[in-house]
Amino acid sequence: MNANWPLWEVFVRAKNGLAHKHAGSVHAADARMAIEAARDVYTRRMEGVSLWVVPSSAIVASDPKETTDLFAPAEDKVYRHPTFYTIPGGVKNI
Amino acid sequence: MYTTELKDKNQKSAAVSLADEDPEKLAAFEARVAADDFIEPKDWMPEAYRKTLVRQISQHAHSEIVGMLPEGNWITRAPNLRRKAILLAKVQDEGGHGLYLYAAAETLGTSREEMIEALHSGKAKYSTIFNYPTLTWADIGAIGWLVDGAAIMNQVPLQRTSYGPYARAMVRICKEESFHQRQGYEIMCVLAAGTPEQKRMAQDALDRWWWPSLMMFGPPDDKSPNTAQSVRWRIKRETNDELRQRFVDVTVPQAEAIGLRVPDPALHWNEARGSYDFGDIDWEEFYAVVRGEGPVARERTQARVKAWEDGAWVREAAAAHASKRAMKMAAE
Repeated sequence: MNANWPLWEVFVRAKNGLAHKHAGSVHAADARMAIEAARDVYTRRMEGVSLWVVPSSAIVASDPKETTDLFAPAEDKVYRHPTFYTIPGGVKNI
Repeated sequence: MYTTELKDKNQKSAAVSLADEDPEKLAAFEARVAADDFIEPKDWMPEAYRKTLVRQISQHAHSEIVGMLPEGNWITRAPNLRRKAILLAKVQDEGGHGLYLYAAAETLGTSREEMIEALHSGKAKYSTIFNYPTLTWADIGAIGWLVDGAAIMNQVPLQRTSYGPYARAMVRICKEESFHQRQGYEIMCVLAAGTPEQKRMAQDALDRWWWPSLMMFGPPDDKSPNTAQSVRWRIKRETNDELRQRFVDVTVPQAEAIGLRVPDPALHWNEARGSYDFGDIDWEEFYAVVRGEGPVARERTQARVKAWEDGAWVREAAAAHASKRAMKMAAE
């Protein structure tokens, strides 16, 4: 019997109205056990009201080598930010 | 809790393996680290950086886990329910800290099993401080105050260590650690203000834990060959001696405030430096404890191995349950 439990990524919702945020990971045999371990490891001080656990193997991540291709093009598109535009002085509410 | 950076027997010197690295990648990496950028798991990193981190983070994790033992020793004998609840919570925190750190080390490609096996076989080190016994209740006060105090001193700069998962684990740990120190100091305050016997007990605990706490910061800088490389890579942000000095400077007034005496005849305030001068540390004792000759070193490892072996049926049952349910779900 392989007792090498799979790894799960833990996401915690700090309070309703906020998104779940990555907190860390735990090893567990199944999803229920992962929830219980995540509760003990990541919410001992009322850090959350809801947990997600996701098998780490199910996460697809971008490759750091693609960082330039993926994110650099946004750098020369400053017109996507409101501060790019000049508005006459004295004009309000815009 | 914290561990000093201790060398494994088979550790190669960082300089040797650095020569094998692609110089262009190495330069880019060093520039990123020098600019205080964080390195994340999938980023390129020199092998020596990876190895140093695995060693340091896993030693740190082992120290948290082994650190549960000296305090666990007193849970059933805490003097009242309040103290018992606090101690339980603290020991549970240490277990949690171990888990955050194991998870951080796993992102570097080493498995949990490998790390646990290294701890049990004695190949991996943990902080020398946990190889001293907890003889009286005052030791629980002294550990919280001094050992966790030294840990905080070490860990606060590690929140900005260059490896992202390690830094994030340290942020969580530091948030939880200050409760540990304060509960310990409070135990000492109560004992120091108690009966003459209680005060003696507090003084005795300080006498026994003071020097081992100073040793927790690791060998002096001139005997710590890895420090320069670790500081350069922002794995470590301050040297052993700098941190040790800061610990002495903040802790001595805390002892004085409750009428306890630091067991060092050479200790005195140096006006010119704005720091305390203190006596020589017995490094022979330190290296003996590193070699596994600490008073309760064998007991500690045996207790860990026993816990692991006694828990085997639970791990097997959980795995059997999970695979049975998975099969049932597949059949439905």
